[in-house]
Amino acid sequence: MMAQSAVPVLKHTAQDGAAEAIHVENLHKRFGELHVLKGVSLSARDGEVIAIIGGSGSGKSTLLRCINCLENPTSGIIRVNGEEIKLRADSHGHTVPADRKQIERIRSKLGMVFQNFNLWSHMTLIENVIEVPVHVLGVQHDVAIREAEKLLARVGLAEKRDVYPAYLSGGQQQRAAIARALAINPRVMLFDEPTSALDPELVGEVLKVIGDLAREGRTMVLVTHEMKFAREVATHVVYLYNGLVEEEGPPEQIFGAPRSERLKQFIRNVG
Amino acid sequence: MTAADASNSGTTLIDALLSASAAGIIELLSPYPPGWGGALLVGLLHSIEIALGATCLGLLIGTGGAYGKLYGGPVVRDLLAVYTTIVRAVPELVLILLLYYAGTDLINQALTAMGYQRVDISGLAAGIAVLGFVQGAYSTEVIRGAILAIPQGQIEAARAYGMSPGLLLRRITLPAMLPFAIPGLANLWLIATKDTALLAVVGFYELALATRQAAGVTKAYFTFFFAAGVLYLLLSLFSNLIIGRIEAWSRRGMPSLKEAR
Repeated sequence: MMAQSAVPVLKHTAQDGAAEAIHVENLHKRFGELHVLKGVSLSARDGEVIAIIGGSGSGKSTLLRCINCLENPTSGIIRVNGEEIKLRADSHGHTVPADRKQIERIRSKLGMVFQNFNLWSHMTLIENVIEVPVHVLGVQHDVAIREAEKLLARVGLAEKRDVYPAYLSGGQQQRAAIARALAINPRVMLFDEPTSALDPELVGEVLKVIGDLAREGRTMVLVTHEMKFAREVATHVVYLYNGLVEEEGPPEQIFGAPRSERLKQFIRNVG
Repeated sequence: MTAADASNSGTTLIDALLSASAAGIIELLSPYPPGWGGALLVGLLHSIEIALGATCLGLLIGTGGAYGKLYGGPVVRDLLAVYTTIVRAVPELVLILLLYYAGTDLINQALTAMGYQRVDISGLAAGIAVLGFVQGAYSTEVIRGAILAIPQGQIEAARAYGMSPGLLLRRITLPAMLPFAIPGLANLWLIATKDTALLAVVGFYELALATRQAAGVTKAYFTFFFAAGVLYLLLSLFSNLIIGRIEAWSRRGMPSLKEAR
């Protein structure tokens, strides 16, 4: 299924001294009675590619969405780029970001790619890509356009710059969404199951783009069901089970010599 | 007198009557005095002014109201529920009488209580305020429904990229909800153009009042009310043309249903 699997991968491994881009500590998340995350910790240093794997309902998407506070964690510490996200309890006892400006600033450094692409349907691809640089980051319009054209060319969509998302295939939309994320020159890329909504024959083109980003040393956190792909590009794999980190380590260990019974079974089932 | 003569004189009579009345109608509807056409057109202009003003005010109230109902706190939501329920429950004519007389009276009482002079509130301003208040209640529901129809992922993406609530409203929510809101809002606009006629009861000079005056003075009731009907129809047809363009533009990112068929 994956065309690039034959290509030997040169993994960009983070040096020991690399700065920590994302730090999550003892994160809990409850949805009412449902306890989704039960104390998860995670760290991504510059240049690392963290793959989060796990069964459905294990909390992997929730963990990723807590990093930029799309879901507000119930408790725990999140540091992005060394800056801790300030949280407070609102009148209902829910934890919410305490400082709207801070959370907006942090979010604008994290390039999020969604399962369902979530491109803005009333904008053409080029408009989608320049939207955040121009209106959130204050980049000049013509500069943003030039940059966006390069990014669209890079994901193979230069000809589609003036097309609206609804007229494109899922794979094309997801590649455009990756260009939109790259346009903010993100400190970290967050991928939330980027190929799960795609037809099987379109998965390869998206994985190829993500793989290229990994190889050039982008810091990424990737929630995925593509085990083969995770093994190829990740520098570190985290296996979540039932809201807890069941096992983590380098991909060779996780996929080659899993210790936990549950992980062994999970790999057998999805592999 | 032969039968042919009789029929001949009959047709001449009808012809004469017809031509006389056609000439008379043209004279009555002439835009220059003694014709009343000019008065009707002034009335139409006032109606359009009120409808435009009321629709704009209604859209502002509606956008705020929809946002309040969707994202506001419990107090805001309750207040808005009371507003939309009451305005949509009471007949518009009653609301107009109530708000126009009670509203201007209240403002003047407040002014005198604070030691200011009483003011004459212009019919135009009062009309826009009253109809806009009514339109706002309906717009609130139309816009609320349209916002709910936006794929939530698009809003989420905007939040994930650090957009502030104001930017998100301006750049994403409003343009994305427009295609879902246009049919409902177009209805409201057409209703607004016709609702201006209700302001005749408070003595505001718009098309319906102009028509009644013209008809009353000349006794040519059918002519003037028919002419007014044609003017309302033309306004609606012209509106449909403009609305069609706006709708096509707002749906620019959506494949048309024809292509999907």
